[in-house]
Amino acid sequence: MSELPAAPLVAWADVDRALGLRRLIARVYALCLVEVQKLRHDRTELVMRAIQPSLWLVIFGTTFSRLRSIPTSGVAYLDFLAPGVLAQATVFVSIFYGIQVIWERDAGVLAKLMVTPTPRAALVTGKAFAAGVRGLTQALVVYVLAEILGVRLSLNPLRLLGVVAVVLLAAAFFCCLSVTVAGLVLSRDRMMGIGQAITMPLFFASNALYPIDIMPAWLRVVAHINPMSYQVEALRGLLLGTPARLPLDFAVLAGATAVAIATASAFLARLGR
Amino acid sequence: MAGAEEPAVACRGLRYRFGETLAVDGVDMTVRAGEIFGLLGPNGAGKTTTIRAIITLLPVPLGVITVFGRDVAKRQMAVRRMIGYVPQQLSADGSLTGVENVSLFARLFDVPRQVRGQQVSAALELMGLSDVSQRLAGTYSGGMIRRLELAQALVSSPRLLILDEPTIGLDPVARAGVWERIVAVREQTGMTVLVTTHYMDEAEQTCDRVALMHRGTIRALGTPAELIAGLAGQSGQLASELSLDDVFRAYSGADSIQDEEPQGGIASVRATRRTARRVG
Repeated sequence: MSELPAAPLVAWADVDRALGLRRLIARVYALCLVEVQKLRHDRTELVMRAIQPSLWLVIFGTTFSRLRSIPTSGVAYLDFLAPGVLAQATVFVSIFYGIQVIWERDAGVLAKLMVTPTPRAALVTGKAFAAGVRGLTQALVVYVLAEILGVRLSLNPLRLLGVVAVVLLAAAFFCCLSVTVAGLVLSRDRMMGIGQAITMPLFFASNALYPIDIMPAWLRVVAHINPMSYQVEALRGLLLGTPARLPLDFAVLAGATAVAIATASAFLARLGR
Repeated sequence: MAGAEEPAVACRGLRYRFGETLAVDGVDMTVRAGEIFGLLGPNGAGKTTTIRAIITLLPVPLGVITVFGRDVAKRQMAVRRMIGYVPQQLSADGSLTGVENVSLFARLFDVPRQVRGQQVSAALELMGLSDVSQRLAGTYSGGMIRRLELAQALVSSPRLLILDEPTIGLDPVARAGVWERIVAVREQTGMTVLVTTHYMDEAEQTCDRVALMHRGTIRALGTPAELIAGLAGQSGQLASELSLDDVFRAYSGADSIQDEEPQGGIASVRATRRTARRVG
């Protein structure tokens, strides 16, 4: 056994501390930092996760560009598609976070986190924005790939800042949705099935591949309540300069994220028992 | 602020039910400040449920459990700040290095930035992991992972360290290493340790007092020597011929296969085997 340090560990635990906003932000930062550290240690996941959006852009995008059958208001189809695929890449990463939370529950990690002086909402927010960190790496991959394919996306720093905000909010929303479902099903197998069952409908019932106007009436209703549609609209507006209702898009994404964090926090307690 | 003489943990009439199953049925127990207290019992006795109620993971009514004078139903954040918890499963993150694993908990417990690095290094050194702190935890042996989890629990200098089956699945050398360090930390800091274990030899050697749980209630409580002497008195055998194992059998009825607890069912066995498999 190694020598014990001369001085005992200092007893921070005795101090009663109020949980102010600064401390909550510090906790969210701590959980996001863990995600960055994991990505730094294992980059293979980044490559693996880049395959699917690459296929959408390279195979689906280039082929459908030739058809010219989808009305995109004068924008080349590949340009129209790129923000949609960017949105899809971030959503698909986030929607499986529930599986990770169930794994953490089974491994005792979740209990350990829940025994720290961290409110449930702060834990969920931390997880949500950690998903955002992964979403941003995916967005970067799609951005570079789109540039290589000749799509001219905006490089305006302010617009890119807007893209970061949209990706973070959307990833946070879908991560919380996934944690909520995880809190209901409590099993990795069921969660995997549900994740697969909802990802493609979310994608197809949005404006990622085609404009909402050409959808049948019933699907238009679904598309209008699907937060992914607002994400795609904002990304198109910011990256291509197409008409977008940015204040509405941000309001919907922020509002949906706030509700999702509150709901997922309630279900986290169920996961912890 | 709670006084220094206050017990580390006080449970009064703790009951907890999962659906139809009464997991804990009126547990009364006091853990004194500074002692190593063992909570023993067969699978499904209610040990882990009791622990989970103490660490604020399960809802309990007001006035049932206090930790250093703070009611766990009312002052959850204050209670959590005083607790270091190591669950039964191997819970360190294999995709992070040792130092990253410990730093996360230093941040979540608000260890100030100026001393965070020092505190993380001290916790790792205390557990004999300084040399491997930059390696991914996924490359550690089972014993090293357990010690890493202890470092995670100790980095905030908790007043109460709670360990749920800390040596399950470990080989005898690794078990000895883990206990050696737990005892050393207690001696150095005066920290209270509440531990559940199936290994009676460990409890006999290291615990100041133990409580034997069976079917959700505490059947016996005292020092290992007192419990052995009590059994000797009842059975007419010499205390020197008896061990805590015999006390465990006498109170839990674990001699009988029919007496195996239904609560320690497939989920519990699966979790235990998963842990054992992970420690290799």
